[in-house]
Amino acid sequence: MADLTTRIAGLTMKNPVMTASGTFGYGVEFADFVNLEEIGGIIVKGTTLNPREGNDYPRMAETASGMLNCVGLQNKGVEYFCNHIYPEIKDIKTNMIVNVSGSSPEDYAACAARIDALDNIPAIELNISCPNVKQGGMAFGVTADGAAQVVKAVREAYHKTLIVKLSPNVTSIADIARSVEDAGADAVSLINTLMGMAIDIERRKPLLSIATGGLSGPAVKPVAIRCVWQVVKAVSIPIVGLGGIMNAHDAIEFFLAGASAIEIGTANFVDPAVTVKVANGISEWLDQHGCASVNDIIGQLDA
Amino acid sequence: MKKYVKDLMVKAVEFPHDLYVLLKLTDSEPLPESLPGQFVEVKVENSPNTFLRRPISINYVDRERNELWLLIKKIGEGTHQLAQLKVGDKLNLVFPLGNGFSSVQKAGEKVLLVGGGVGVAPMLDYGKYLKENGAQPVFLLGARTKADLLEQDLFKSVAPVYVTTEDGSEGEKGFVTQHSLLQAEKFDRISVCGPKPMMVSVARYAKATSTPCEVSLENMMACGIGACLCCVEKTVKGNVCVCTEGPVFDVNDLTWEV
Repeated sequence: MADLTTRIAGLTMKNPVMTASGTFGYGVEFADFVNLEEIGGIIVKGTTLNPREGNDYPRMAETASGMLNCVGLQNKGVEYFCNHIYPEIKDIKTNMIVNVSGSSPEDYAACAARIDALDNIPAIELNISCPNVKQGGMAFGVTADGAAQVVKAVREAYHKTLIVKLSPNVTSIADIARSVEDAGADAVSLINTLMGMAIDIERRKPLLSIATGGLSGPAVKPVAIRCVWQVVKAVSIPIVGLGGIMNAHDAIEFFLAGASAIEIGTANFVDPAVTVKVANGISEWLDQHGCASVNDIIGQLDA
Repeated sequence: MKKYVKDLMVKAVEFPHDLYVLLKLTDSEPLPESLPGQFVEVKVENSPNTFLRRPISINYVDRERNELWLLIKKIGEGTHQLAQLKVGDKLNLVFPLGNGFSSVQKAGEKVLLVGGGVGVAPMLDYGKYLKENGAQPVFLLGARTKADLLEQDLFKSVAPVYVTTEDGSEGEKGFVTQHSLLQAEKFDRISVCGPKPMMVSVARYAKATSTPCEVSLENMMACGIGACLCCVEKTVKGNVCVCTEGPVFDVNDLTWEV
């Protein structure tokens, strides 16, 4: 059997499959469907310094091969996470990673520092790319300077593995990736959702409460693979690829483009057991192709 | 309650109405436990524009025949495709989901079950449960016209049925809240599922008569298991997921203007 072990900076993962933030709750919601410990890493719901109610309903619209959402980072804040959720998830034997969001470099850093103190959280994923909150999130992620500012502030406060999640809603994602690498990121993950919109033609109103939302699902996969391919050439830190991955075939496209690991997001809504199926499918594909390790195919695109 | 993702087999496909299909599903092993008012998330195959699962309430569970029934209104491409299923086909379900209706609160309690449109579906299973567990359910069902009333024989086999139709073609003419039953009798509590305006007007009647009232919501969902936070309803506790905290809510916990 092929070796699926992969490394993302300081993280060792039993396989390269992670869950995308906001699509897998805190992991425990899926415990009836998959053995959580067979997943390489679980990135839990976006967490902010202070509680957030999120946006009004409706927050979701189904689209061709995907969906739009404008949840808006609903969460109970980092203190609640540390006191009530962390105790429930800290003994799950895989990499439990917290996605951190904020509205100023200071509160990103304060949130990250709080999580730094949790023994069993070996990494954070910094969300500088949420399209659904007015302040923060994507406001930082769309300029190289803004991205660097947040990453620098967090780097000083956070001492474990720092993954920075990038937005595709930019002119050059490679420039942003270089900027966060220089500011101290250990890895980048990409892509966050693409900003989109859908309309109820009878009511002549947007389908989402705040008009725009983030597009995810198979519809965005080609954009994501293109972004990974461009960022691989721009940085030397590892890349986590995500965007519309539904099966092992999709995952292998990302590895060939240069991703060292992948995240599964929207597919969890269609099949709550998909994560482990993808991990097993990657293993089978590697065996069929005579590859001893998943590392043998990372970045091995012939282009 | 443990949740499953499972292929069930289509045992029967019935068309009680032009706009509805009734799927009777079964499995080679006993179906998992479920509570009345819970729902399933159905994966729709061969429907290119149906990416997400569809949440469908459980209409009836027949333990002796090992059947789970889904009464589905054909609305969009996905539900029309479900109506194309044939006996012997497989249907992939994530279930049972949500909290379900309240259990029996006291022996002999009189519970009014109000259903409108496709909202009648979960009331059949709930009525059967209440009757089997020592309560006295009474159904009040609303429809536009006589032809839109569904599963009447089954409802009548469980408990007394009162009907309103908008055109007066069956039962009393008007909306459910105009039925004379509501003036003539007092109930210990009310459960309602149907279009929101109907649920709001039933909630007003409940408030005016100081009767506890629970409503079953059908907000748009993606995951069905509390992960995506898309189906939220505003409550006195803030935004909560209808798929896990609901779909059944005490109307006092909602922020509706009743």
